Formats: sequence, C-alpha cells, structure tokens
Amino acid sequence: MKLLFPLVAVAAAFVVGGVFVLLIGDDPIETYRLLIGSALWWPDGIGYTLFLATPLIFTGLAVSVAFRAGLLNIGAEGQLYVAAFATAWTGIVFGHLPAAVLVPLCCVAAVGAGAIWGAIPGLLKARFGSHEVINTIMMNFIAVALASYFTQYHYRVPGDAIMQTAPISANAYLPRLGQAMPGFPERIPLNASFVLALLACGAVYVFLWRTKWGYELRAMGSNPTAAEYGGISVRRQIVLAMAISGGLAGMVGINEVLGYRHRYYDGFSDNYGFTGIAVALLGRNHPVGVILAALLFAILTRGGIPVDAFTQHVTKDIVQILQATIILFVAAEAFFRTPLTRLREGLRRGRLNG
Amino acid sequence: MLELRNITKRFGGVLANDHINITVEPGTIHAIVGENGAGKSTAMRVAYGFYSADSGEILIDGQARAINRPHDAIALGVGMVHQHFMLVDTMSVAENIVLGAESGTPFALDLDAAAARIRSLSDEFTLSVDPHALVEQLSVGQQQRVELLKALYRNARLLILDEPTAVLTPREVDEFFAILRGMRAQGKTIIIITHKLAEVLAISDAVTVMRDGKVVGRVNTQDTSAAELARLMVGRDVLLRVEKAVAKPGAVALKVTNLSVGSGVKVGSGFSRTSRILDGVSFDVRAGEIVGIAGVEGNGQRELIEAIAGLVDPARISGDVTFEGQSLAGLDARARRERGIAHIPEDRHRRGLLLEFTLDENVILGVHYRPPVTSGVFIDDKEVRRRTVDILQRFDVRPPDPELPARALSGGNQQKLMIGREFELRPRLLLVAQPTRGVDIGAIEFIHRKLVALRDEGCAVLLVSAELDEVMSLSDRLLVIHKGRIAGEVDPAVAKAGDIGLLMTGGH
Amino acid sequence: MAELFTISLIWSTIRLSTPLILAALGGLFSERSGVINIALEGMMLAGAFTGAAVTYATGSPWIGLLAAIAAGVCIALIHAVASIRYKADQVVVGTAINILMLGLPGFLSGAFFLSSGSTPQLPIEQLIPRAPIVMAFAFVPLTWYVLYRTPFGLRLRAVGENPEAADAAGIDVAKMRYSGVLLSGALAAIGGAYLSIGQASLFTRNMTSGRGFIALAALIFGKWRPVETLLACLFFGFTEAVTIQMQGVVTLPSGEAIPVHFIQMVPYVLTMVVLAGFIGHSRPPRALGRAYEKER
Repeated sequence: MKLLFPLVAVAAAFVVGGVFVLLIGDDPIETYRLLIGSALWWPDGIGYTLFLATPLIFTGLAVSVAFRAGLLNIGAEGQLYVAAFATAWTGIVFGHLPAAVLVPLCCVAAVGAGAIWGAIPGLLKARFGSHEVINTIMMNFIAVALASYFTQYHYRVPGDAIMQTAPISANAYLPRLGQAMPGFPERIPLNASFVLALLACGAVYVFLWRTKWGYELRAMGSNPTAAEYGGISVRRQIVLAMAISGGLAGMVGINEVLGYRHRYYDGFSDNYGFTGIAVALLGRNHPVGVILAALLFAILTRGGIPVDAFTQHVTKDIVQILQATIILFVAAEAFFRTPLTRLREGLRRGRLNG
Repeated sequence: MLELRNITKRFGGVLANDHINITVEPGTIHAIVGENGAGKSTAMRVAYGFYSADSGEILIDGQARAINRPHDAIALGVGMVHQHFMLVDTMSVAENIVLGAESGTPFALDLDAAAARIRSLSDEFTLSVDPHALVEQLSVGQQQRVELLKALYRNARLLILDEPTAVLTPREVDEFFAILRGMRAQGKTIIIITHKLAEVLAISDAVTVMRDGKVVGRVNTQDTSAAELARLMVGRDVLLRVEKAVAKPGAVALKVTNLSVGSGVKVGSGFSRTSRILDGVSFDVRAGEIVGIAGVEGNGQRELIEAIAGLVDPARISGDVTFEGQSLAGLDARARRERGIAHIPEDRHRRGLLLEFTLDENVILGVHYRPPVTSGVFIDDKEVRRRTVDILQRFDVRPPDPELPARALSGGNQQKLMIGREFELRPRLLLVAQPTRGVDIGAIEFIHRKLVALRDEGCAVLLVSAELDEVMSLSDRLLVIHKGRIAGEVDPAVAKAGDIGLLMTGGH
Repeated sequence: MAELFTISLIWSTIRLSTPLILAALGGLFSERSGVINIALEGMMLAGAFTGAAVTYATGSPWIGLLAAIAAGVCIALIHAVASIRYKADQVVVGTAINILMLGLPGFLSGAFFLSSGSTPQLPIEQLIPRAPIVMAFAFVPLTWYVLYRTPFGLRLRAVGENPEAADAAGIDVAKMRYSGVLLSGALAAIGGAYLSIGQASLFTRNMTSGRGFIALAALIFGKWRPVETLLACLFFGFTEAVTIQMQGVVTLPSGEAIPVHFIQMVPYVLTMVVLAGFIGHSRPPRALGRAYEKER
C-alpha cells in the first residue's frame, strides 16, 4: 500500500494538469504523449533524461537523509552552489595534478564544501534550537552571493562577459558516455557522475539500514525521546545528518563541473535543490524511490521542450505545474487516506475470506 | 444542579467512563476523587463539552442538555479550570480572560471595560490580580485566579476545577479554600476533582469516588472519613498475589542520597516556592530485592527513575547516586547502561519504543552500537534476528514476527518486548516504572513472574507503580512517595491498602 | 558617508521596501496564527502576474489590483486547505506553491499572450506607482491596530500561541488560521502587483527573484511584530538600494571598497544571527508550524 500511494498521487496530478491543458484549449493526451514519449527517444531523449536525473538523485538523496533524521533541508540549493564552486576552484588551482589524483580531490572538495554548508544550520539548530528551515533558506542566498563574488572577482577569465570561472584543467574531466560507448554521441553530457549517483544511492541505503550510525540517525528522526533513552546524542545526530545531507547535495557539483560545463557557471542550477524536495517526498525518502522519482522529474523536464515547441498553447511550464501538484498531493496524503483506506480494508477482507 | 446519567466514554480500546452517574446539588462544593486513570477528568470534560460522550445524558438544572462543545457548556453557565492551565503566556490577564467573550465592538477591543469588570469580580470573590500583568510573569497561584476569573467573567454558575491544589503551596491552598467558600456563599456550585483526601474532608460537602472508570461510592463528607475514602479509592483487597519466595538481599547495589531534581521550568518572578519535583530523597536497593515506590503519579517518581537512568539534565540534579559503590555522576544514559543498569520507562510510546520501526530494530535500541550487535560499523543482521527471535519467544510476545512495526503490537506485547530487551542486558540494577500499565491480565502475571525471577538471579530492582496491588505484592520493601519526598516505608507483607493510600495522598 | 544618504537613495529605499513590507505583513498574519508561510514568494508572483494581465485586459490598474488580490487569496487557499484541513507539512506545501508559481504564470501567459512568460508592456497611464507605497506604510499601523486592539487580532494571536487554550475558550482554531493565511495571500499579492503594475509595467518570469524570502527574513528579524518588521524591511530595502546605487563596489568612509555581494549578504546573515537568539530574543509564535489536532 505504501508503494501504491505515490502512483496515485502522480496519477491525480496528471489529471489536474490535464484539466489545465484542456482549459487553454489543447489536447491533454497529445501533450502527455509528447511529454513522456520524447524523453524515451534514443539517443537524445534517454541520454538527456539520465543526465538531468543525476543532480536530482543527489539532491533527492540529500533531502531524504535529512527527512529520515526528522529535519527539513531546504538548503540543498545553496549547498550545491558552494560545492560546485569548490569543485571548480579545486580543478583550477590544482589543475597540474594527474587525473588519478585530481578527480578524487575535486570530488572530496564537492562533498566537503556541501557538508560544511549543511553542517552550519545543523550546528545552529543543535546548539541554539533555531529552526533549520529559515537558516537553510538564508544559507542559500549567502551561498549564491559568495560564489558570485569569488567568480566575479577572482576566477573569471579577463574579458569574459559571462559570469563564469575559468575552465578547470582537463585532468579533472569525467568521461561522458559517448566516449565509452561507440554509437552514442559525445555531445550528450551524460557522464560518469550518473554512475556515481547510483553508487551514492547504494551507499545511502547501506548507511541508513546497515550501519549503527544510520540506525541512530533514523531513530532520532523517528522519536528523539526514545533515541535519547537509547543513549543516542540527539545534538550530534542533527549536525551529522545535516552534514551528510549537504555532502550529498554537494555531489551535484561533480556532475556539473567535472562532467558537464567544466567550470563554475553562475546560476547553473535549474532549481535542483527545490526539486530535490519533491523527489525525496515522492520517493518516500528511500534511495530506490529517489531514483524513480528523479527519473520521473527528469522525464518531465526533458519532455517539456518538445511540448513547448510542438503544441499550440502549452509551454514547458506545465512541468512545474505537474511537479507542484505532485508535491501537494503527496504532502496532503490525508486527502487520499479515506478512499485508500477503504480500498485497503476491502482488499484485506477479501483476502481473509477468500 | 448537574447530573451525569449513564455517561460512557471510550478512547480507542480504553473505557474511560463506564456508565457513570454523578449528581451534584446546587450551592455545594462537591469533590470527585479517585486515583490517576480513574476517569474523573474525563467525566468532567464530557460535562464541559470538551469531549463528547458515547452514550448517556447530561442534565443541567434538571433538564437534559446537548453539550457538544465548550461553547455550549459556557452558555449554560458551566465553567472549567483545567489541570494544565489554558492560558496564553504572552498575553495579559485581561486579554486572556476576555478571549472568546470580548467586549466592545468587532473593530475595537475594549480592554478597559473588561479590566473594570475584572476588578469588580476580583473584589467580589477576593481573587486579586492585576488585569494588565502578563500571564507569564504571574505565579502559579495567580495564574489559577486568572482561570477562575475567566469562568466567573462568563457568569458561570457551576465551576469545575481539575486538581486545583496540585500546584499550590499549603498557604495558597488555605487562601484558595477561603475563595471557594466565598463563592459558595454567593450561590455558586463547585466541583473539585482531586485525589487529596485531607483537602476533600476540609472543604467539600459531598464526595463521589471513582475507580477504574466507574463510580464506586457517593457520600456526604461529614459522614465519612479519610480511611474510608482511601479504601474506596484504591480497592478493598489486593487482587493479585504473586507467588514468590522470600527475598535474599545481598550487598547494596543502588544508593540514593539526598537526591533532588529541580523542575527546570521558570516559575513566576519574585515568588518563593520550591520548584523541586524531587526533594531530598534517600534510600537504597540491595541486590536480589525489589524495592517498590508507591504513589500517585506526578509526585516525582518519573523524575526519580529518569535521574538514576541518566536522562535528566545534570544541571537540575543535586545529591548523590552510587551504583555498586561508584558514583554515577557525569555518566550519560549510554554509560549507565554499559555499567549494568537497565531501564523500563513508564511511557513506552514516547520513551521506550520506536513505534515505526520493526521489532528487530527495537530490540537493539540501547545496544545497537556495540558487540555483539555491531562489530565495527555494520550491524550484524543475523545476530539481531537471533536476539529478537529469542526474546520474542522467551517473553511470549505475540505475534512473534520480527518484521512487524512495533506499532502493530498490543500494549501488553509491546511491554513484554521492552522488558525482554532490557532483561537481555543481564542487568544488575533494573529501574522499572508502571510495568503493567495498559496491559491485559495474562501479560500482567507473566511480567510479574519475570520480575521476580530477575530478582532471584541477584538483580536489584527499583519498581515504581501507581497500581497499589502490584507494588504491594511485588515489593520486598515498600516506600511511599508524596510531593517529591519519601512519606514513609511500610512492610508490604502486612500493610493495609487503606493506610498506604493515606500516605500516598498526604494524610497520616 | 554623505553620498550614502542622498535623497535618491532614500527614495530608492522606500520603493524597494514597499513589496517587502506588504509581503512581510502578510506573512505576519499567517505566522501569528500558527501557520508557517514560506510561500510568500509564490503569492507575490501570483499578484504580480494577475495584476499585469488583468490591467492589460481591462485597461485599469485598479481592477488589476483587485484581481491580483483575488489571485493571492486563491493561491493562499490552496496553502490553507493543504496545511490546515489535511495537516500537510506547512513547509513542504509552501515549497510546492513556490514551484507552482514558477510555472503557472508562464503557462497562462503562453496561452493568453502567446509569449514566453511575460505579459505585454503597459503604457504609463495604466500604472499605479504610488498607491501601493502608501498602502504599505499605512498598513503597518493598521496591522498593529488589528493585531492588538481588535477581538480578531486577539483571537489570531491566541490561536498561534496556544490553540488548545483558544479552543477551550470556544474559538474556531481552523477558521482563524484560514483568515491568517488568506490575508497573507492578499497582502503578498499587493506587494507583487506593485512590482509589475507599479514599477516594471509588465510581468516577467520569476520577477520577484527571492523577495518573498527576504520578506520572510524581515518578519523573523522583526520578531513577528508590525513595527519592528517595518524597520527590518526598510533596512533590507536600504541594503538593496545601496547595492544598486553603488554599482558593484561600496566605498566605506575609511576608503575601503567592499564588493556589493557582501552587502547583499548582510540581511541574511543578520537574520540567522537573530534567529539564534543573539540580538534580543526572537521567539516565534509558540504553535507555529504545528497542525492542530482536536481530541474529541
């Protein structure tokens, strides 16, 4: 039953979206066919979809881990900006190092910067009790301003009008799928980070459900009073959870800088942090769910472009409308509880009698 | 004036009120007594409309009335002062009093008119309080007066007071009684919910006694005595007798010396009142004996247990606790558990269990980080499962499915699970509070047997229970706690329930 | 130092604070009743878009303003129903609304104006550059009065501090919270409408660019009180005016040049500091963020 609910929410959201499309005079079926179908074309559809899913997996994992600890990390956006900048900085400043050293070093920079940026609101909550929602939102703005500053004043290529840093050393590039698989175009930026994202999912799963630290984190999220009784330090868990969450969000920098643009580009994030919240919610805060939800949102984002081009009135904004509706339906699950409970009771009775 | 006829109220599986009948004459002070969980507050909340009864009638002035919300009760002249004050701390006295019954127009709140009326009510009933003071700055006694004024402001003719003297000092209690007598003289009817028999005898005209959701007696105060009331309250005989051999106590395991726990909550400024929940408690527990602490809930038992378990902020604690000769000061809950002190908390849902987690995951709470459950970083799932299956079997937890969420178990089985978990530690000191609360009869016997068996293995057991039968039959030595202090020690083998009941409620 | 306080800078501050004040006052009503509102951003966008679109359609900015308020209320209604009736997590609901308003205006303008997210430009006669400013500053004392001197305000505050006590006093907690949230939608929408039909003369995609969050920060900085919130908004507006005026670098009297980015960060850092309890005690309404469950 737990698995059924996200599907119901998504289906309901599509119905609502369909109503919107109808209201402006277009055909919902056709719109959805374009929206979803185009994401599955080979090679561009699937390639870009997987590429777009990569940052969403990272932020989805980040928000999930925080949720599991009972915390709301709205700051994934800021964490990934700081991390991306740190990655670029490392790739520039240490560019002379060989790839075998530089790539891991850049990855460490990404995770570390994100972790620190996440730990700060965590510390504020643990020590002063100030709510992480506001603090993480503030940190988002500070992050963007800081990264912007460093880019503009220290790391821009002189004469470059675009707000971006100098390119990182080629030693830090991550290989694209096109380089490994003949027949797959290299222009599609799907790169090794995607594999990293899947590995991260596995790591998060193992961490949360197989290690003692993950147990403590989840226990605290479920019932801090009982966790305290079990000898778990609630304060330490808060900081740890926020740091891990930030570190995961930071891995977006690896995809963006090492795998795609090879530099820090001001404003590169297409709301990955906020969409991560939706991904975590829809994926029920579980790594497998996160992958599926990230794919769904990536499909929607990718599909938005042909929808924009090929329908008469519908723009790619339908994607945000769908996203928002999905979040609302998942969050307000009480809305579905009565009909779903009746369904479940009916099924259960049927099974007992049959 | 007020009559509850055949009122029944159920919460989930618990029958809080079982066809109760209560009659209160107008112009009297009527006391409703009973132990915690007897159903007194529930019955009155039904009368006030805070809860709706499942069946039965409420009659005001002889006429059956529909009271579905507090609004209805207020309109009929019924006012209630709850045990936990319903006040908005950051607002003033006047603002709190007029909330919901504001004077003036919708566009202008007339606090001055309200203040004037409050002052006149204050004078009439000697409830002096400054209408413009902020509630958070008031003492508890003053806050109570605000609550009374709230009811009087709305022209209440019947006032229901839930445990009004629980938070007052003796001097404040005397002032409070004077106020009540004044109100009675003015024709008000007053119902007091309390468990303090001495006060009942001092102030009330008639008493209704409740126990386990039923009314077990109604008498005129002048015709009864504290002893009789105590007996009605706690039950005549001990219902359960546990088969146990005579204890063979060994060395002193736990030694508590002058232990005090502060409330940790700021009481109003400029007001001298002891804010200690536990006040200078001393006793010891030897290996192989069960020391019971009897008392009405809220007299410091929980803080006592939690302080020894390491769950209270050390800043609030003064006094000494030593275990096996070594002081526990500075050790956190984890360290104490490692020393061999196990803890079964009174609130299994909030403190003791992770309801959303599986039984497997609950069994390892507290030992999840060390061998044999975890070696290094990874939790050994096989070992966890082995442990869980073993505990489920030995403690008769049903259904014995390690993958079920703890939420799915009945209260009794949850309790057995917790007990099994703590016993698995092979503790040398067991702190256990309310071990059979909300547990069915079969499980109660099982749990009692297990506790005695643990004692026989040489463990020291400190048992806190509000169930007099239980604590009398299980304990080898019995202490009674009242208002944070040890009121006395009795020999459970020979003591009478009525006498213990008296100690528990502050009598002699 | 004299350059810092020119008339144009003061005027700039007033214009930049106006949307913040309106949105922050809206947030005040919502949060004082106990409902966290991080969707001020989305509500502002609703007002901005609707104001511009309807003004274009009808030629009258006043009708546009009314329509903007209606739009804000509608969006707030979604927030209210999800948070109050279905007890969804208020922060998540707020986030959803913000995401919704990233797309909905664009969607609608694509349909009605065949544009990529902007509304058509409005002629100068159809703008209301001054009225919202007057409204913003007038609403501050009005809010103070409503909050502290009317029964409605008393009940609203009670519901946000101690809903059980309010319930016991016979007040409909849900209804009060609905009022708070809907008011926040209306006020934030006016703030948004000012941006489009008061200043820019059109709506562009995501034109609020974070102002809703700054308003929220100002509300916290202002300890959820009307006058302090006004001062906070003025302060934040001032920092924004300075960053624009100084074009990249702020020269302190001592001669040092600080890049504008650091001035931009000041409001955010200060809010975090205040929230941690360092500058006076910023205590939110006690029941903020918690859905009210009655045990019947």
